[in-house]
Amino acid sequence: MADYNIDEYTDITDVVCPVTFVKAKVAIEELEPGQVLSIHMNAGEPVQNVPRSMKEEGHKVLKLNKNDDGTYDLIVEKGDE
Amino acid sequence: MDVDYALLKKGGFMRQKQKNCFSLRLKVVGGHLDAKQLSVIAEVAEKYGEGYVHLTSRQGVEIPFIKLDDIDDVKTALAKGDCEPGVCGPRVRTVTACQGKAICPSGCIDTYALAQELSERFFAKDLPHKFKFGVTGCQNNCLKAEENDIGIKGGIEVKWIEDKCIRCGVCENICRTKAISFEGERLILDESKCNCCGRCTKACPSDAWENNEGYILSFGGLFGNRIHKGEEIIPIIHDKKTLFRVIDTAVAFFGEYAKPGERFRFTIERIGEDIFRKIIEEAYNG
Repeated sequence: MADYNIDEYTDITDVVCPVTFVKAKVAIEELEPGQVLSIHMNAGEPVQNVPRSMKEEGHKVLKLNKNDDGTYDLIVEKGDE
Repeated sequence: MDVDYALLKKGGFMRQKQKNCFSLRLKVVGGHLDAKQLSVIAEVAEKYGEGYVHLTSRQGVEIPFIKLDDIDDVKTALAKGDCEPGVCGPRVRTVTACQGKAICPSGCIDTYALAQELSERFFAKDLPHKFKFGVTGCQNNCLKAEENDIGIKGGIEVKWIEDKCIRCGVCENICRTKAISFEGERLILDESKCNCCGRCTKACPSDAWENNEGYILSFGGLFGNRIHKGEEIIPIIHDKKTLFRVIDTAVAFFGEYAKPGERFRFTIERIGEDIFRKIIEEAYNG
């Protein structure tokens, strides 16, 4: 798997659908193209939908890491505008 | 004049407790009504009923308190808004459906289009007893496929596309049946565990799946006096030709072997599950 350096973090475990995606979208909009965002999320609906939504917005999903506490970290590279 | 209640019931006029009053069942396919139909239903309910409708458990609409003397006027009024009476009694009932992939992000098949096809082919067909079809778009099963005599559930058979995969691990983590695992860079799909829910392909950020939509059938569901979950006896079907060949065969089996007033499940039990299974497998294999 390709290496990546995380530029920014956001935590969406404190919100529910559809705000999960909105919060992630706002966070990635703060970045420059090519920068990498790590999105901390709960299992279930966010994992099902946020990776796909990020792709549809033109960003590149690099990795989904599962944490020991059942949460996930989605690593996304911001796409070109 | 004698009133033929059986004929009225067949035509969707359900006799009420109240003398000379009927609850008029309308024909609805897949829970879909347009604004014009809703508008005329409201008008008829105001003018000929008591100003309300009842939504049935199977996505139907009934207008209660229609008077016997008004039946012809009511039919004419409804026809102007593209509405017609439904059916009751021993025949194929309303074909129900969820919104399917045309609307729902989880949907694997076009449920409404299929419900229309089923309705055109079978609606109101006389049989030994009531016969219900239900179409649901995916494993979430909002439409409860297995409570119908024939249930149809959408699914997607997936095939991994190695060179598109970025090994992000989304699919492995969201698979509910643990059918997906990675051995290093290689994805292993355990087909014996896959239930064709399509969550992996829908969540995939790099479209690394080949999708093959299909229909998962269940037979003999009941959800009334006795409850029985319709059973899957053949693999997922990928083409309409096979789908309708199997359904035609199942309906013909019921038409031929059922006693009057006997639900599909009981016919299957009486004739023999092994015999029914063999007939359906033969139809599936063509």
